[in-house]
Amino acid sequence: MNLILFTFIVLLGFTSYYFGRKKAYTIQSTKKRLTALPQFYGYYLAIWCAIPAFIIFSLWAIFEPTIVKLLVLNDYSNQGYLDDELNLIYEKTKALSRGQFTGEITPFIEASAEKYLSLRSIAQSSKVVIVLSAIIASVAYAYKRISSNSRTREPVEKFLNAVLFTASLAAILTTVGIVFSLIFQTIDFFKVIPLFDFVFGTHWYPAKAFVRDSSEALDPTMYSDTFGAVPIFAGTFFIAFIAMCVAIPIGLMSGIYLAEYASYKVRQYAKPLIEILAGIPTVVYGFFAALTVGPFLKELGTSMGLEVSAESALAAGGVMGIMIIPFISSLSDDVITSVPQSLRDGSYAMGATKSETIKRVIFPAALPGIVGSILLGVSRAIGETMIVVMASGLAANLTLNPLESTSTITAQIVVILIGDQAFGDPKTQAAFALGMSLFLVTLCLNIVALRVVKKYREKYE
Amino acid sequence: MNKNKEQLLNKRYKAEQRFRLYGQSAIFMALLFLTIFIFKIFSTGYSAFQKTWLIVPVTFDAELMMLEQNPSKEDIQDADYYDIALKSMADLDLNANEDQENELKRMVSYFFEKEIKNELLNDPSLIGKTKEVYLTASDDLDQVFKGNYPRDLPEDQRRVSDYQLKIFDQLVANGKVESKFNISFFTNADSREAELAGIASSFMGSIFSILVCLMIAFPVAVLAAIYLEEFAPKNRFTDFIEVNINNLAAVPSIVFGLLGLGVLLAIFQLPRSTPLVGGITLSLMTLPTIIIAARASLKAVPPSIREAALAMGASRMQTTMHHTVPLSMPGTLSGTIIGLAQALGETAPLILIGMVAFVNTIPGSPMDPAASLPVQIYIWAESAERGFVEKVSACIMVLLGFLITMNLFAQIIRHKFEKKWS
Repeated sequence: MNLILFTFIVLLGFTSYYFGRKKAYTIQSTKKRLTALPQFYGYYLAIWCAIPAFIIFSLWAIFEPTIVKLLVLNDYSNQGYLDDELNLIYEKTKALSRGQFTGEITPFIEASAEKYLSLRSIAQSSKVVIVLSAIIASVAYAYKRISSNSRTREPVEKFLNAVLFTASLAAILTTVGIVFSLIFQTIDFFKVIPLFDFVFGTHWYPAKAFVRDSSEALDPTMYSDTFGAVPIFAGTFFIAFIAMCVAIPIGLMSGIYLAEYASYKVRQYAKPLIEILAGIPTVVYGFFAALTVGPFLKELGTSMGLEVSAESALAAGGVMGIMIIPFISSLSDDVITSVPQSLRDGSYAMGATKSETIKRVIFPAALPGIVGSILLGVSRAIGETMIVVMASGLAANLTLNPLESTSTITAQIVVILIGDQAFGDPKTQAAFALGMSLFLVTLCLNIVALRVVKKYREKYE
Repeated sequence: MNKNKEQLLNKRYKAEQRFRLYGQSAIFMALLFLTIFIFKIFSTGYSAFQKTWLIVPVTFDAELMMLEQNPSKEDIQDADYYDIALKSMADLDLNANEDQENELKRMVSYFFEKEIKNELLNDPSLIGKTKEVYLTASDDLDQVFKGNYPRDLPEDQRRVSDYQLKIFDQLVANGKVESKFNISFFTNADSREAELAGIASSFMGSIFSILVCLMIAFPVAVLAAIYLEEFAPKNRFTDFIEVNINNLAAVPSIVFGLLGLGVLLAIFQLPRSTPLVGGITLSLMTLPTIIIAARASLKAVPPSIREAALAMGASRMQTTMHHTVPLSMPGTLSGTIIGLAQALGETAPLILIGMVAFVNTIPGSPMDPAASLPVQIYIWAESAERGFVEKVSACIMVLLGFLITMNLFAQIIRHKFEKKWS
């Protein structure tokens, strides 16, 4: 139904474009000078056709469900139902009206389902009528305006500019959406669990929060020693540290080699090949770490008489390091190539060898940019999810032994939220609180890193 | 004195060589990882493209199937195939006792009844006759035949009994086991049984999510890039937008999953587990990538083009829409494809919005529950059955194939259509 209406409106838009342009040609044929190119007259009408349609469609989408629900539930209003029960009745009504209801059908619900359907059809038909009459009215108004050969290009361009501006707000909206989705759950969480316990507690055991009968009232003392995030934070930074131990030396050295030593041919092939590592989906790395690296390390450890967990932090961190190599290598490659040639020439002129030039002149000059790229790598390591979920442990474990298993923020979020979630449960809220801390940490890292890189770029450009 | 100098110089040259070697070995290490990686995936995955069939003689006994004389098509459809299916498996060893008959039955997939039925539906004249029918082998025997299953384990640690192996070896010796290209891997939906599981449902899920993602992210990102690059005044607000975009590009993907869960599912009440929600979530994630690429390619259009258009009397909007944007399209498109390839490989946000649900139907629209290829990899990798290991690798090969194709495509667009300004 909506689709047909939509198609019809689009067709109307095209027709109004055609009429607008035709009007412009008629004005032109009376030897009057047009104020804009003929197609602007067309665009002008088409915009006047689209705006009312858009406004009415969105108003309907926002208000129709609420109003219909209010009207349907009106019948039950003075019978002393609780809100939850009313919601349940409404869900049943909707299911029945779609013919998907699989329970006992009471006459009450049947009656409200009928009411629901009739209200829906009234809403639909009134929408059609209102949209069409609004379009006709606004197009007629606009047509009258262009008949007097008034300006059309300026309004059209203003409208386009407004559309462009709105689109650019999408990035801000996304950020707002992220903060919005995290903050309420997080606040609710900290109402039950004190912030202090979360930040400094050393026992993370969310499974304990499972065994709660939802009819019982929340008892905060139940959760003492359940949501202490220290082991999670420690595990996150520990695995990120292992990853950086792999990624920094290899990434940085290959960046330097590609920028300073490699011949054109080597560079042409090696650079894209290394960048393939960045394009491999993380779930593939996770599978590789869990199936190949983990068991391999375990066997290796056993042969050396060491106790190695099959889900060791070393396996997850090491594979994550491989994933981060290309980020560091290509960013530091960029940074090093943008160091001005004059610095190199000066150093060579003083008799320094190539490696001395790199170590004493280029590296210090490029250091801010390199630090920036490393920080971006760290932020990626902290936010990496699938490798940890698949290859590292899922139980929080406060340890600094790379051969044992630990868990991370991201892994815990997935563990808690996989499957069905009950909003309003401290366990679910804990995942959002973890998400919030992850977002804040990576945000700080990103801002610092981007600023450092930007400052550095400005210095040499 | 002179000797000292020479020593020093030698030392410096050695240091130079060492440094060079470090660089070379770093590159070598990175490429080595890549090679091991690819080799491992291919060596475990290629066998999934083959499927093992047992060729079993089946007697289509009308009495056992409860069929009357001259049955119609519907009768054949509704007939009882379980007994003849069971009997044909039991007949593989005429001296089998009841337990062994059960084991014989488990040598093929639980789908065997249907395979026999299809045989008869194709050729109703088979009633009362015996024909050799291809039956899908159970995933464990499939693995045994491919040599992935250790036969030397003690019997109680194996999922294949000695008896099954004995019969299986007899079948192999008689040439009654055959390996054919595994079409069902591409046409079946997911299944709990490894031998029947396919990627069709997750493949369609991926396609739908990517389409939704493209439809939302591409227009919004291009419009935003045009505004920021061509029209935006340089002030605090546009700076703020820029900082936002750059930050979003580096926000961990799982946070977008939380956004999808907390806003799209909890507030807007969109249907769970569907490619629609997945696509919207992914579009928010790819938005900054496309904006950055589009801005870069708008920036690469030389100012002379704009100046020429303006000098001819075009308005700023006309200049942008008629000249700058079309010239920047190749770069924007290749950036978009790369962003979509990233979105295609993304797993974590999709898990959070419930696309991990077990789906054994092929979705027909973005509103049907589905998985996606990377999520399918995760689901299979987490299941314990041995038969799924090669499936995971095969699924990875399909996914990597897609990613490589998309990236190549992006390269081609960039090289073929992008104007070089010099």
